[in-house]
Amino acid sequence: MATKAILEIRNLHVAVDGKEILKGVDLTVNAGEVHALMGRNGSGKSTLSYTLMGHPRYEVTEGEVFYHGQNLLELTTDERSRAGMYLAFQYPVAIPGVSVSNFLRTTVKGRRGGDLPVKEFRKELKQLMANLSIKDEFLSRYVNDGFSGGEKKKLEILQMALLKPELALLDETDSGLDIDALRTVAEGINTLKTADRAILLITHYQRMLDYVTPNFVHVMQGGRIVKSGDSDLARELEAHGYDQIAPELAGSAL
Amino acid sequence: MVAELSSSNDFLRAAKADYKYGFHMEEADYTFKSAKGLTRDIVTRISKMKNEPEWMLKTRLRALDIFLKKPMPRWGNSKMLDDIDFENIHYFVRATDIQGRDWDEVPENIKKTFDRLGIPEAERKFLAGVTAQYESEVVYHSIREDLVKQGVIFLDMDTALREHEDVVRKYFGTIIPSADNKFAALNTAVWSGGSFVLVPKGVKVEIPLQAYFRINTENMGQFERTLIIAEEGSYVHYIEGCTAPTYSSDSLHSAVVELIAQPGSHIRYTTIQNWSNNVYNLVTKRAVAYENAKVEWVDGNLGSKLTMKYPSIYLMGKGAHGEVLSIAFAGAGQHQDAGAKMVHFAPDTSSIIVSKSISKDGGRTTYRGLIKAYPGATNVKSSVRCDALLMDENSRSDTYPTMEIDEKFATIEHEATVSKVGEDQLFYLMSRGLTKEEATTMIVNGFFEPFTKELPLEYAVELNRLIAMNMEGSVG
Repeated sequence: MATKAILEIRNLHVAVDGKEILKGVDLTVNAGEVHALMGRNGSGKSTLSYTLMGHPRYEVTEGEVFYHGQNLLELTTDERSRAGMYLAFQYPVAIPGVSVSNFLRTTVKGRRGGDLPVKEFRKELKQLMANLSIKDEFLSRYVNDGFSGGEKKKLEILQMALLKPELALLDETDSGLDIDALRTVAEGINTLKTADRAILLITHYQRMLDYVTPNFVHVMQGGRIVKSGDSDLARELEAHGYDQIAPELAGSAL
Repeated sequence: MVAELSSSNDFLRAAKADYKYGFHMEEADYTFKSAKGLTRDIVTRISKMKNEPEWMLKTRLRALDIFLKKPMPRWGNSKMLDDIDFENIHYFVRATDIQGRDWDEVPENIKKTFDRLGIPEAERKFLAGVTAQYESEVVYHSIREDLVKQGVIFLDMDTALREHEDVVRKYFGTIIPSADNKFAALNTAVWSGGSFVLVPKGVKVEIPLQAYFRINTENMGQFERTLIIAEEGSYVHYIEGCTAPTYSSDSLHSAVVELIAQPGSHIRYTTIQNWSNNVYNLVTKRAVAYENAKVEWVDGNLGSKLTMKYPSIYLMGKGAHGEVLSIAFAGAGQHQDAGAKMVHFAPDTSSIIVSKSISKDGGRTTYRGLIKAYPGATNVKSSVRCDALLMDENSRSDTYPTMEIDEKFATIEHEATVSKVGEDQLFYLMSRGLTKEEATTMIVNGFFEPFTKELPLEYAVELNRLIAMNMEGSVG
């Protein structure tokens, strides 16, 4: 396995509207690795993903983040995207009046640069859609507008497959999916697992990890990573709950 | 003839650097340019120069009296209206004596203008007929031979008055009388140019007809007059576009457009208004729709200083249907006061109004609408939807919907929303690699999509491009 660090987070503190949510997160993600970040609601998992992608409401008050050795915090959200980062949203946002096909063409063209041959793009898109069991009519609908939870998540994975990020942040991608959709989405994620890419999976539950096996599992609580381990840790959590695994912190912090 | 492109006022260019139609041509070879100001003499002179019949001169002079007597409206943007200096306007400007049937017959500098505006190219690609008005009169006109053979008449209004006087006299001012409002009176007094369209019974003009209106002179007043008659069971789609040079002082555009949709006919009237930001655009547009006829106003307002325009449809016959689909875009210093009126006179009539507006950089949009159902208009259906999008804190949007329903059993729906471009929408699109500008443009294009999708493809592409230009440099 390669050991080239894609993402290095050092002592990251983040505040939203003046309230500190992340209180010193340290995490290194190397190329070829899949990390799972687990924890209860409100433990700071989503804050971490939004912060890494540069949402303007999330203020970094202390600490450093490096992406391929470069100071990530200096980059705007679109620059982070073009540098190879991707966030699959927990709650994808609707863009009324913009068709999925127009949206995908515009974003993919922007990322790949130059001309995007219509025929080849269409072929690639159709193949990926087939893999994810997405119907053709999907393309003419407006982005996330009136989508079911499962449709939204599939569109996130479809975009990821097209944009081929080096670092994918998947925020609760498994929530709202039935078991068939979960399997399909997991397959989509697995195709992205290559030696030069990395994935950070944010999830409550073990069930996604049955399909996408992580190299590392981290437990987040009170704005910090309180425990790290291998994929066994996720199974322990599933079996015993957060209270037993990280008892010293249960109910404290926040 | 030497054509020179002069640079426009530098300050305004800087303020509105994205308006690419702000250039103007030298006017050394103009045939006639009236002195500034409005008098009986000017009105008489216009009529005489056009060799009009006596009744038209009388109509003009009566209208002038009405205009002078009527007070300025006290609603809309009174402050901006009061700033109009009627004495500082050229009411009639004839750029050339020639009306070309071929672009090569059009004087070189005028042809150059329309080349830059892409009109001959559009004509070749997807239009069935074109009139191009430059200052007060139409300088180029064409219509496809097959339409002529089917009896379709598409002329500029001056020529129509000469060649089809009886029809013009029968309908002129019947839909919008000169006393309707101050600016309808002004138009009737000094009208010049515009289009006359008559589509015979059962004829369907599948390819759009287009009129293009260009102001070139500073302090110009353009007062075109358009009359469209769709006979029983016929169809026509008429498109108009307009632009003007950017000057530091104001120009006035005040048109009157009358549509007559006879039983079972269908008229679609599309406007892309893109005047420079020194043009007052005060236009009266009204249609009558008889039994089972359908009229659609597709109305895009991007330019001008102040627009006041409320396309109306009088639903006169059973089963008539009216639609107004409009967008308005107001940037710095602009006020788009637009809307629609649907007046139901007959049973089983229906109407739809969709209004979308965007305000940015302190711009202001207003929706002003009326739904009226008279007694006897049973089973009326009407729906109104107004969506306003504010790009920043300094911009403003107001909605004034009026409903007067004098009949039971009507189905009336009204929905209005005001929203801001959301941080979360921008973040989502930027996380896909779009810059803030690109993301904003995508959101705005999506917002206008219900309008854009009704345009012929070429216009939709152009409109999206215009919106993108209006968004440039606007996002901090």
